[in-house]
Amino acid sequence: MSMKPTLSTAPAKAVEAGLLERRAAVKGILGDTKDMLIVTGLAGSKDDALAAAGDVPTLFTLSGAMGAAAAMGLGLALAQPKKRVVVVTGDGELLMNVGTLATIGVMNPPNLSILCVDNARYGETGWQESHTGRGVDIAKMAEGGGIKQVRTVTKETEIADASKMLRGSNGTSFILLKVAPTEPGKLHRDRDASYNKTRFRVAVLGKN
Amino acid sequence: MAEAPAWQDQLYDMLREFKVTQFSYVPDAGHRTLINRSIADPDVHSVSLTTEEEGVALQAGAHLGGARSVLLMQSSGVGNCVNFFSLIRHGRFPFLTLVSMRGDFGEANPWQLAMGQSTQPVLEAAGITCLRAERKDEVLDVTRAGCTMAYQSEAAVAVLLTQKLLGAKSFSTE
Repeated sequence: MSMKPTLSTAPAKAVEAGLLERRAAVKGILGDTKDMLIVTGLAGSKDDALAAAGDVPTLFTLSGAMGAAAAMGLGLALAQPKKRVVVVTGDGELLMNVGTLATIGVMNPPNLSILCVDNARYGETGWQESHTGRGVDIAKMAEGGGIKQVRTVTKETEIADASKMLRGSNGTSFILLKVAPTEPGKLHRDRDASYNKTRFRVAVLGKN
Repeated sequence: MAEAPAWQDQLYDMLREFKVTQFSYVPDAGHRTLINRSIADPDVHSVSLTTEEEGVALQAGAHLGGARSVLLMQSSGVGNCVNFFSLIRHGRFPFLTLVSMRGDFGEANPWQLAMGQSTQPVLEAAGITCLRAERKDEVLDVTRAGCTMAYQSEAAVAVLLTQKLLGAKSFSTE
């Protein structure tokens, strides 16, 4: 019999000692989001970004098109080279289109950073274990994809350096943030992508 | 390789007139002039994709940042894009793709037939308007119409460069 996933059906009730709590860790790494343009994945990572940045117009959140966040961030980073563009996504969302790491690696826009919040679960669909819970390392995939600045964050003490790297301009950076599989609560945001697109453009371009 | 026809260079010049600055593609013989021109042009980004759906998301991201992008793909790539078309349709993003057709007029590789014949129905089911170019004397007008609809009316448009226009790839006749 081939190796099966560990059966997992619910989030952890509390953050296990030694693991990072996702909301605080994402907030710590993003820091001041005032000048950032942020594209998020779905579900958990969207809520983490929303908690850190607030419901600001310069945040584009996906509630579908899973796997699109990183490539959207690339298009935005190439279009707005003077702005810091951050993709905040999850392990499942990124794995769905992991080839984008190679597309980004060869383009290497210095104003693009990817923060992958890795809880090793598909939280939205019932907390099933993801590949990263079974030995798959997305940071190595990012390195293999040609992204030069890659780091994995597992401890509180690593957050400040990672935050600095995220804002650096030596090329695209990638941070794999390993977090506890907790459910810190869903946040409301309008899911109308057309509305969110328009207010994003007005904020960035001064017009739609 | 035969010399590329003049209209392909004119097509590139037209896209630049429309201020397209992001050319994304999975390498394809039908688009080689556009791809090569984008590589040689210092004023545009030439984005080689691992799968065509990245180009759909790239275009949406470009629009968020006020830039114009075009996706160059073969008809088989349309099948790779389907779920990402929901981003275009639901978000009412402008979208332009130039599709070099396989599996239509005179196709000799049976593997190309299924996706080639599904291409236009799939695009239309996803809410993307298809404009077909079958002759050299219409390809520039058809593409200009597509550019105008996508970049000025913010519509989602696919220009299908058919095998009548491009010629079918030849295989041994045995």
